[in-house]
Amino acid sequence: MSSIKIRSKRLKESTQIRILISHPMEHGNNQDKITNQLILAHFIRILTVTCNHKVVVSCEMGDSTPKDPYLAFMLKHGKTGDKITVNWLDNLGHTITHNFPQCGTVR
Amino acid sequence: MANRREFLKKTAVFTASALVIRSPSLYAQWPADDFAPHLLDEGIANKEIIDTDKIEIKLPKIAEKDAAITITVTSSLEHIQNIAIFVEKNPIPLVAKFNLSPELDAFVSARLKMTETSNVIVLVKTYDGLYRAKEQVKIILGGCGI
Repeated sequence: MSSIKIRSKRLKESTQIRILISHPMEHGNNQDKITNQLILAHFIRILTVTCNHKVVVSCEMGDSTPKDPYLAFMLKHGKTGDKITVNWLDNLGHTITHNFPQCGTVR
Repeated sequence: MANRREFLKKTAVFTASALVIRSPSLYAQWPADDFAPHLLDEGIANKEIIDTDKIEIKLPKIAEKDAAITITVTSSLEHIQNIAIFVEKNPIPLVAKFNLSPELDAFVSARLKMTETSNVIVLVKTYDGLYRAKEQVKIILGGCGI
């Protein structure tokens, strides 16, 4: 199963892009209820969204973002068939890139 | 033979450097300074900020502790460079910073966590200066209010 879900919706003059990422987003101050040890910090630091290979938005996130972050943006003049790429990098150095070739279609 | 070896060495170095440069993780560096605990007191205090009503924040008035609260920011300001969302009383105030390209409308939606009742501050940086808008969210145990 993909860890990034994306939905797009054509509005009057723009295209709304909604992104849902599954990620624990642990900020390192939470305790494990069984072992009473601190849970290792594990959160997304940088997220980039590109449209047709151009960076549209880069977002820096911190501790206050909850588990499974949700983001939405409004793209001007989105067309059917625009290529959207979502890429994130977390503090442990994991990175995931997803291509969504069919974004911008009316659903 | 020496030539061939040299050639191979150089190609290896070139491909390696090309891979490093192309890797998307280098698009931007995570600014650790921006995620410092007392940024709101120190980092912003000596900057000129204009309070404006051109930034619209959509937030619930009452919310549960540590629950995900959806925030939607829209703005009629022009030439926006970035939008930063802060929660005043969180241990680390900066929630997220969005660097928007001109191809995006001034619209951002995200979710945030709050530990206690506090102001949510949105700072918008344009080419003309910094703009600010505020909204208060009450945190109530269980999330049910009057």
